[in-house]
Amino acid sequence: MKRIFRLFGLALATSAIISCTPGGANGNSSSSSKKSAAEKAYVAPGEYDEYYGFLSGGFSGQVYAYGFPSARLLKILPVFSQDPQSGYGYSEETKPMLETSYGFIPWDDLHHPDISQTNGELDGRWVFANANNTPRIARISLTDFETQEIIEIPNSAGNHNSAFVTENTEYVVAGTRFGVPIPQKDMPIKDYKGNFQASTSFISVDQETGAMDLAFQIRLPGFNYDLAHPGRDKSHGWMFFTTYNTEEAHTLLEVNSAERDKDFITAINWKKAEEYIKEGKGKIEKAKYAHNVFDSQTHTATSTMKDEVLVLDPAELPGIVYFIPSAKSPHGVDVDPTGEYIVSNGKLSANVVVHSFSKIKEAIDNENFVDEVYGIPILDFDETLAGIVEQPGIGPLHTEFDERGNAYTTFFISSEIVKWDVKTQEILDRHDVYYSPGHLSIPGGNSRKPDGKYLLSMNKITKDRYLPVGPEMNQPGQLFDISGDKMEMILDFPMIGEPHYASMIHADKIKDKSRKIYRLSSENDHERVVKSSKDVRIERDGKNVHVYMGMIRSHFNPDNIEGIKMGDKVHFHITNMEQDFDIPHGFAVMGANNSELLIVPGQTKTLVWEPQDVGIYPFYCTDFCSALHQEMQGYIRVSPEDSDIELSWSLDDDVHTN
Amino acid sequence: MKKIVLSFALLGLLVGCGNNENKKTTQNSSSEKPKTEQKEEITYDKVDGVAVDMDNKGVGPVDSVEFADEIDQDLAEKGNEVYDVNCLACHKTDKKFIGPAPKGIFERRSPEWVMNMILNPERMVKEDPIAKQLLKEYNGSPMANQGLTEDEARAILEYFRTL
Repeated sequence: MKRIFRLFGLALATSAIISCTPGGANGNSSSSSKKSAAEKAYVAPGEYDEYYGFLSGGFSGQVYAYGFPSARLLKILPVFSQDPQSGYGYSEETKPMLETSYGFIPWDDLHHPDISQTNGELDGRWVFANANNTPRIARISLTDFETQEIIEIPNSAGNHNSAFVTENTEYVVAGTRFGVPIPQKDMPIKDYKGNFQASTSFISVDQETGAMDLAFQIRLPGFNYDLAHPGRDKSHGWMFFTTYNTEEAHTLLEVNSAERDKDFITAINWKKAEEYIKEGKGKIEKAKYAHNVFDSQTHTATSTMKDEVLVLDPAELPGIVYFIPSAKSPHGVDVDPTGEYIVSNGKLSANVVVHSFSKIKEAIDNENFVDEVYGIPILDFDETLAGIVEQPGIGPLHTEFDERGNAYTTFFISSEIVKWDVKTQEILDRHDVYYSPGHLSIPGGNSRKPDGKYLLSMNKITKDRYLPVGPEMNQPGQLFDISGDKMEMILDFPMIGEPHYASMIHADKIKDKSRKIYRLSSENDHERVVKSSKDVRIERDGKNVHVYMGMIRSHFNPDNIEGIKMGDKVHFHITNMEQDFDIPHGFAVMGANNSELLIVPGQTKTLVWEPQDVGIYPFYCTDFCSALHQEMQGYIRVSPEDSDIELSWSLDDDVHTN
Repeated sequence: MKKIVLSFALLGLLVGCGNNENKKTTQNSSSEKPKTEQKEEITYDKVDGVAVDMDNKGVGPVDSVEFADEIDQDLAEKGNEVYDVNCLACHKTDKKFIGPAPKGIFERRSPEWVMNMILNPERMVKEDPIAKQLLKEYNGSPMANQGLTEDEARAILEYFRTL
């Protein structure tokens, strides 16, 4: 009876909390709005968040999966940087993922995760993301939550305006920031103008498997290209890029690339490009780039070096590329859900410029050009204009949309987000952020179907927002409820690395298909898998010793190994034989120069260990797996090179030799 | 402490909400009161030292298993394959290892109990008196839930008949 009272008490207390909440979205006093903000961002223990958010890590090189509105960090998804926690980029199976034409690269700068789309709606199949420094595009599976593919982009430098997907994920598009000589060659930097060039790359995506292929590149003048977005709905088939440094300066760009009053939006008609390709147009050029694929069935990645690419020259093939004069030094170029409005965020301009796709189309159809540069027509600024958001703030960077006809733009310099009406360009609301926002994200906010409940502002500067932790502070994420007329800030949290961009999606599109285990019987074709304890063994191949090891709560099989000699390279091929959700085991051996392995049920991973001295070396499970986790350990004996100790392995009293 | 009491109360409620069959099974297996009064009737298994109770069907989805007189060799072979991948790491067939050996299992456990232990180990070690004793006997090493289907578990039982 007491129990029942307690439960009722709890229920009453809960309902009291709910019913006593004052204010709400329109609450005026600061105390009431704080309470309501806390409630809005609160997700009770055991409850799920309504949205996934995939935030880029910027210079961390990874993607972070968060739950929103709570901003709970769900998982770190290693992409372009080695991850000693999971062993990504350290395990033999994943090392090929980080191969490039420059060799193995353990780090990159990951900027813009974008979720795959079908009919212009986010579909939750994959996230694509770009490596900015050594140009690459990655595909992350939203079933396995693992990076499954990375393709290098040749003829590119500073892969910034990437990885944006067209509305049926026909292509992932990757642009280039820096002009460079194509092909690369030794030449004076001062001869940049007219000699350096740029590329945009169209990477096709297999709709079943997600497999990527560099379908074609379009060669462009050596301007700097900053961001991009695909057309959608009525402008589907087009791709828009912001272009700066049309001056083609090669030094002190801070001054020299800002001489002109206007820069360009580069509009690319990729359907036209496809027509030319069908007609056999375009040139195959030599290019060296790596294509790395992780096979979830063999749990092993392979890296292949490719050697050619199809290139289209828009000066020779008219109708593919047009330049639209736009706001000075634009950062983001964003397309509204109808595909009609193309918003150019001129970061050195006081205004936000809105172009009309219908007008662009009309000007092109009428060949209403004011000039051309490098054989590419330039449209008339006024002829393409839908309107201008006058003096909305200073330093506009990025705009996303809700499903109610509103746009939301970040202003870096004036540290605010401004909400405005897409059709009338009338300013409706503004809210300070702390401080200096770069990008913002609304679930589906760059698709045909936004889900405008929340907005995440990813800010660059932290200063006094959190407890100080030395000179470097994590950057602030600020979450808004945008369901009402006024934006309401409901959460402020430090993020990891430098999130440049995020893609948010309703959890229902992902959560039920998230993988739980790999079935050992049918989903692990690793060439060195241990499917049964009968497969446990050790094989010597010269100096290479292959240990086929199994692990299950809570022991390794084998857990005693002798007969390893100095100069040997020991390959631990370890299979987690658990078949239950969320029972990973870890593996670490003393003195290993790489990382641990974290192995999920049914998976096999390999760590290579080169002992540095004779002795007895312990290994153990690093992930608390059961009450007997601390007992999950073993020993490996390393003997002198000339020793005659026979290779043997055992678990309990079962001793084996070859 | 209060929290602990509360969560137990909740657990009680949750358990109470389980399907009726399970409830009955639990009641059957825990209707040991008359038995505890006649202690001399309890026999202990020589292999695992845990009480033998052939009437205990365990807690889980299975309430009845029929064995044909003849062993189905095809089914036993399939069971052997499933066993090698999913069970062998902890259960040697003929001697005590991480967990008990399955040899002679049907002399000390009912087939239903064995299937429920395979399919529903988390609840078994919490609620079933024999599973609880076994957990203690085997140093707290948990029986892993290997996510097998009822058909796979049934095949394993047929394999056990051949041991």
